[in-house]
Amino acid sequence: MRSFTYERATDPAQAVALLGHHPSARFLGGGTNLVDLMKLGVETPGHLVDIARLPLDRVEESADGGLLIGATVRNSDLAADPAVRTRFPVLSQALLAGASGQLRNSATTGGNLLQRTRCPYFQDITKPCNKRRPGSGCPAREGAHRDLAVLGHSESCVATHPSDMAVALAALGADVLLLGPDGERTVPLTGFHRLPGDAPEKDTVLLPGELVTGVRLPASAAGLPSAYRKARDRASYAFALASAAVVLDVRDGVVRDVRLAFGGLAHKPWRATTAEAALRGGPATAAAFGHAVETELAAARPLRDNGFKVPMARNLAVRLLTELADPDASALDHTDPRRGDR
Amino acid sequence: MPHTSEVMLHVNGTPHRLTLDNRTTVLDALREHLRLTGPKKGCDHGQCGACTVLLDGRRANSCLSLAVAHSGARITTVEGLPRGTDGLHPLQQAFLDRDGFQCGYCTPGQICSALGVIAEAAGGHPSHVTAADGPPPGEPVPLTADEIRERMSGNICRCAAYPHIVEAIEDVAGAAVTS
Amino acid sequence: MTTSRERALGADTVRIEGPAKVTGTALYAAEHTPDGCLYAWVVPATVARGRIVSIDTAAALAEPGAVAVLTHENAPRIEEPDDPILGALRDDRVPHRGWIVAVAVAETPEAARATADAVRVTYATEDHDVVLTTDHPGLYAPETANGGYPGSRERGDFDAAYAAAPLTVDVTYSMDPMHNHPMEPHAAVARWHDGRLTVHDSSQGSAVVRETLAALFAMDPAHVTVISEHVGGGFGSKGTPRPQPVLAALAARYVGRPVKLALHRSQLPALVGHRPSTIQRVRLGAGPDGVIRALAHEVITYTSTIKEFVEQAATPARTMYTSPHSRTTHRVVALDVPSPSWMRAPGEASGMYALESAMDELALVAGVDPVQLRVRNEPSHEPDSGRAYSSRHLVECLREGARRFGWRDRDPRPGVRARGRFLLGSGVAAASYPVVITPSTAEARAAADGGFLVRVNATDIGTGARTVLAQIAADALHAPLDRVRIEIGDSDLPRAPLAGGSWGTGSWGWSVDKACRALRSRIEAAGGTVPAEGLSASADTTDDVQAGTEFARHAYGAHFVEVQVDRDTGEIRVRRMLGVFAAGRILNPRTARSQFIGGMTMGLGMALMEGATIDPVAGDFPERDLASYHVPAHADVRSVEAYWIEEEDPHLNPMGSKGIGEIGIVGTAAAIGNAVRHATGVRLREVPMRPDRLLPHLG
Repeated sequence: MRSFTYERATDPAQAVALLGHHPSARFLGGGTNLVDLMKLGVETPGHLVDIARLPLDRVEESADGGLLIGATVRNSDLAADPAVRTRFPVLSQALLAGASGQLRNSATTGGNLLQRTRCPYFQDITKPCNKRRPGSGCPAREGAHRDLAVLGHSESCVATHPSDMAVALAALGADVLLLGPDGERTVPLTGFHRLPGDAPEKDTVLLPGELVTGVRLPASAAGLPSAYRKARDRASYAFALASAAVVLDVRDGVVRDVRLAFGGLAHKPWRATTAEAALRGGPATAAAFGHAVETELAAARPLRDNGFKVPMARNLAVRLLTELADPDASALDHTDPRRGDR
Repeated sequence: MPHTSEVMLHVNGTPHRLTLDNRTTVLDALREHLRLTGPKKGCDHGQCGACTVLLDGRRANSCLSLAVAHSGARITTVEGLPRGTDGLHPLQQAFLDRDGFQCGYCTPGQICSALGVIAEAAGGHPSHVTAADGPPPGEPVPLTADEIRERMSGNICRCAAYPHIVEAIEDVAGAAVTS
Repeated sequence: MTTSRERALGADTVRIEGPAKVTGTALYAAEHTPDGCLYAWVVPATVARGRIVSIDTAAALAEPGAVAVLTHENAPRIEEPDDPILGALRDDRVPHRGWIVAVAVAETPEAARATADAVRVTYATEDHDVVLTTDHPGLYAPETANGGYPGSRERGDFDAAYAAAPLTVDVTYSMDPMHNHPMEPHAAVARWHDGRLTVHDSSQGSAVVRETLAALFAMDPAHVTVISEHVGGGFGSKGTPRPQPVLAALAARYVGRPVKLALHRSQLPALVGHRPSTIQRVRLGAGPDGVIRALAHEVITYTSTIKEFVEQAATPARTMYTSPHSRTTHRVVALDVPSPSWMRAPGEASGMYALESAMDELALVAGVDPVQLRVRNEPSHEPDSGRAYSSRHLVECLREGARRFGWRDRDPRPGVRARGRFLLGSGVAAASYPVVITPSTAEARAAADGGFLVRVNATDIGTGARTVLAQIAADALHAPLDRVRIEIGDSDLPRAPLAGGSWGTGSWGWSVDKACRALRSRIEAAGGTVPAEGLSASADTTDDVQAGTEFARHAYGAHFVEVQVDRDTGEIRVRRMLGVFAAGRILNPRTARSQFIGGMTMGLGMALMEGATIDPVAGDFPERDLASYHVPAHADVRSVEAYWIEEEDPHLNPMGSKGIGEIGIVGTAAAIGNAVRHATGVRLREVPMRPDRLLPHLG
């Protein structure tokens, strides 16, 4: 790990200012990903601005019924928050499907959004990687890519974004609140993470020096049936092979509103806008769900070893949509104690 | 600016003022500077849980926690658990009674994690397996075997003492509920 | 002298070192920090094959706290090791990616890692070959496989018998490389003092490490002490000396200060052995009743270019079932990969996965219940050797397991048990593991106060060896357990074999029993009173063990498993695992149960999630951490039950015990695969059975 200097910030504006003083500075939140990557030599900051104690650790209801989540709220606290659990259950479920109890106690909302890919070539500095060293190449295409992208990847990068939380936020239509040297701005979560294109070194649209200060959940999704489900290599403590987050509003058998996002498939949480458009106003039937999701996934371009993700994602989404549309239909599905498996 | 810092760590109730490399993790500070060997280095990346300690009362992977960033923190390691007259904390005793370990390398982390699990469940924190129709938000979550398994999944035991660890935690969590 | 007629053996005795382990005071190798200790960090090669052209250490040595960088150019010369994996820093060759090309030494762990990171190595790379294929031109038939077994065996006329068999099964199974990944990464702390070398090493056998170090440094072994008091698991990876004690000693000699070298988790896959992948073709020819007439088990595997290790996967088929005509062969190719080695039950775990899966396939072809099929193929004598079994209770294990599991009610039809989106199924498989006993020595001392001290260089890697040996001693001495103190894990103690091959307790225990009986005789000869200066006795079982046996000796077991398969995702979860074992006398039911469960759980990992890949371009394992190489977590392990039958076998050792550390993993993966077939109708012939492999087959 490269040596670095360290200071603690006490308020967001100061944090942004401190970061600007150092050309190779990084914000340190819970450290669960940054320290990990510093040990690997993937991140080599010369200075850390510790933002873990910024007064951004609250979850507050906004006047319109939405929710404002501070950037330093810990994942475990966010998952346990009563308002999140009752009105945005998909977010609580997604958080609890990720990492471990220990990691969730340390990891922050902002840090979770800014997690870097788990692609083994990105994490190994002795190998080429366009995301780490632009222009060096992407060995994953020919190498180990079972866990990597099937949607939206490019010649230069097939990485996936590892967050579960961000998938739920994408489905909920959240906004990311940013503070930079030039002031505040808001970016929709679905536009916060990028597709790799020919600049895979950029995970997000975050500008140099910008700080994530929070996430805003819109009132429009509050209280609607929602759920998250994830498939993985073991029963817990594993990244998603594929996951789906669904928010669904059905009345009288008709889809009034639907938001669907996939995890584990792309360089960003994949909001399934094509499927949503196909479903809105139409019948809430398994056949319609299947057709819409397949239309969305028709864009998939699997690599040699990850084609399984397409049917996996399809099945996850169709099952969740079907269950949310008709909760009684899944009443028999209780062989597994897991709530997510109901 | 310096690459070292004065760091104050309150470990098991004792304050320690240390001058540490900024790169030093809480884990290495405990093991190599304070010679506390309870927290173990298994993976060094938050992927095994052997380094689990209570950091300001919550369980955390000390290998991913920079000491400088936790200056002022209260840290409890397995060595600092409150002990009964027989010299052991009830969880330590339960691990002994249930044979909740073999090689013992993950054991201090398992025990610290179990303490965190019991507190988190009592504090109403849900888990991936907490039923949607379970206790309302904020209410304690009963620690069933499935709850324990899910919540303890951040602590790998390659010897796979898992069933016995679950029994040990059930013993203590059950006693806590009935008392 | 206090005498006790209460038997310690067989009692549910709590681990002696338990309090130290639950309080964090049990010290593992890296937790010894002598005064002035420096920290070392190894530099792995970043090419798969080639030579080191140059090593630039200027930037590394400029790192704050850097003390030295050892390379093949400046490292003190050591003798040529018997085991080539210990040859790092002797020359410029790079036989595989991850091979150690330099060792950085610094004042702190952080500085050591930064120093290592700053070492710049230039290589002359050569084309590498890391891909195992069934038609690889380099495949050859080895003389022997691991364990000294013949590489090939032919009995009868397999081809003719198979061709004539009414029922046949011809199936090929494969498995990915697997990693041991004990929780404690391999570490050593070395200190030179007064011409002596003392090393704390994370090892399954400090005696061999001592002898190896003495040979490499051309020293009298009496001047080398290796201590492995507490070891955080090994599962075979710490069974042979690994680079860390050698390099720690080398670095300590070079810098003149003690050195601590802890390998990082990410470095283990390339440096501490692994279970190589195997491609196993099994052919079974049987009569209409399912009784085997011809059996062929042909294994293809790889080794490294520096060392021949042949996973002996075809050997279980030589002893397991009736097979009048048999062919069991291994073929191996040397690739530019890290050297494979022992991982829990080498040969048995891999070979029985294939054989027991094939037996399930034969049961389906024959229309015979898979439990019954195994009963029908029970041999009267060991097929390969013709020897009688010292004891063989496989059938009893199967029947007892079937009873406890509720096998009788099983509907054999596949794919008919749907519960919502889950499909349920159950499967069975048999297990066996050979009984091996190795010569050992031990010493027992009696003090005038009635206390005893037993000294034997056994190693407790989590098995409960310390406790069981004390139990053995107590019974042989007719003393209460609490009067027996035991010292293990130190090469200055009487020589004893390493903890491996499930031979530890039987081998060490025999010498402990013998020494303690001799001591009791001396005490009795002294009139039952121990004089003030004490009494002692030593034992060496070399002659006893080398007298050999006329019997075929194996432990047996039966696994019953229930799985659920998520039809949406192909995720397989084990709902229930139940094993029944016949392993001689169980000396401590508490620690025995833990070992059986531990082995079964590692078998669950083998079946469902444990699998590495070898990157054809980079030549290494991309999965080098515990987030990408998955081992079972708490949530994967629901109901696991282990039982055993009382087995009296007078042909083993004085305790009547068979080894139990490995048999739990044998057969588990087959039982799970067989259950998946029952659940889904899909036969996967590849482990691990991850969702990506199963989902494409689900309708």
